[in-house]
Amino acid sequence: MMKKELVVSAIKNGTVIDHIPADKLFQVAKTLNLMNESSQVLLANNLDSQKIGKKGIIKCQDIYLQQSEINKIALVAPSATLISIRDYSVVEKINVGIPDYIEGTVKCFNPKCITNNENVLPKYNVIDKADLKLQCCYCQKITKKDTLTFL
Amino acid sequence: MILKNRNLISIADFSKDEYHHILKLAEGFENQPVSDIAKGKVVATLFFEPSTRTRLSFESAAARMGAALIGFSDASNSSTAKGESLADTIRTVSCYADIIVMRHPLEGAARLASDVATVPIINAGDGANQHPTQCMLDLYSILKTQGTLDNLNIALVGDLKYGRTVHSLVEAMCNYNTTFHLVSPLSLKLPSVVKMHIKEHQLVYHQYTDLLEAIEKADILYMTRVQRERFLDIQDYEKVKNAYILEKSMLKNSKPNLKVLHPLPRVNEISTDVDNTPQAYYFQQAQNGVYVRQALIAAILGLK
Ligand SMILES: [Zn+2]
Repeated sequence: MMKKELVVSAIKNGTVIDHIPADKLFQVAKTLNLMNESSQVLLANNLDSQKIGKKGIIKCQDIYLQQSEINKIALVAPSATLISIRDYSVVEKINVGIPDYIEGTVKCFNPKCITNNENVLPKYNVIDKADLKLQCCYCQKITKKDTLTFL
Repeated sequence: MILKNRNLISIADFSKDEYHHILKLAEGFENQPVSDIAKGKVVATLFFEPSTRTRLSFESAAARMGAALIGFSDASNSSTAKGESLADTIRTVSCYADIIVMRHPLEGAARLASDVATVPIINAGDGANQHPTQCMLDLYSILKTQGTLDNLNIALVGDLKYGRTVHSLVEAMCNYNTTFHLVSPLSLKLPSVVKMHIKEHQLVYHQYTDLLEAIEKADILYMTRVQRERFLDIQDYEKVKNAYILEKSMLKNSKPNLKVLHPLPRVNEISTDVDNTPQAYYFQQAQNGVYVRQALIAAILGLK
């Protein structure tokens, strides 16, 4: 009998992004720019998950994520779990979640915002995590899910 | 309460008590506008977009207290035109001035300036975002004319959708058990987020399309302009453009304490025959702007 975890083969070193909602898998892959990665990247989708129903999973050989990339995953797929693997063993496991405050990462949707016109990192207070709403600390306008673009 | 060295970027930066303190100080300046308490201080007015009225008001406020003034009235005359970043301009001017008053066409510009400045910043308008000193002079004018800010009937007339001044005033007056009378064309109604703010304070608002209906109930009639650019369909504009013009005859059933306010500049939304009525207060309101700005500059510079 094949073990569930082996649906996608194990990696020696790198990162596993688990518990991605099935409809967010490709958005996460795009956000991380995985199509331009030269190392091995394994994607699987519509796997059964007790936690979120249908899930996607990404395994990236020899890739460890930067904080800025983790921040992006948090906004696209807050249910995701990040697992760092070294020599086939789990060395770290984090549930990403949406932070209360975000610096950089997201572009303010307001074209008249100073952050889109001067060299300054935008900052946001997250005013709604369930229905993503980010209030710009500069122009005070609210960037929502449907106006979300990453820097 | 320590206002010294504080920034005033948005109305939310000061507490209700701090506003009351400023209003009290403003009254002192109204009684004695000229002094030399700011002698030796330098006030910079950086106007990255022109706004003659606001700039002159701040400069008058500073000059009446003996401060020296530096600055520019239009970004085309400044180093910004040569490509200098806002942050660099602000850092540099921080070396020359004790306080910076700035206006900028982009939203959030004043907040960015306060991140890098080594002296306090007063926001004199950042695009459609905030113009806190306008709100304060409106409060001062309401207080002066009614003797209180509490339990008033305030009618807001004209473009309630895009008017930043109106939104700030509604937010501020929500602290004083105000009843709001909102008069506007259907397409320029107060945004629902601002109406929510009223409801959250358990306050009441009434909406009208007919100006006369609201006038009778009002203690304050706050007029704003209905701009043609706000209408997608020019015929819609033609239909309503005269409905929100205040004329002297319309004031005959008003309450005795009614005062008419307007952030100025006026175009035609208040007929000139209103100017000489006892209800007209908009020019005095502009005068009050100088006292309120004196109070702010003095408090932030820590002047005695
Ligand atoms: Zn912004």
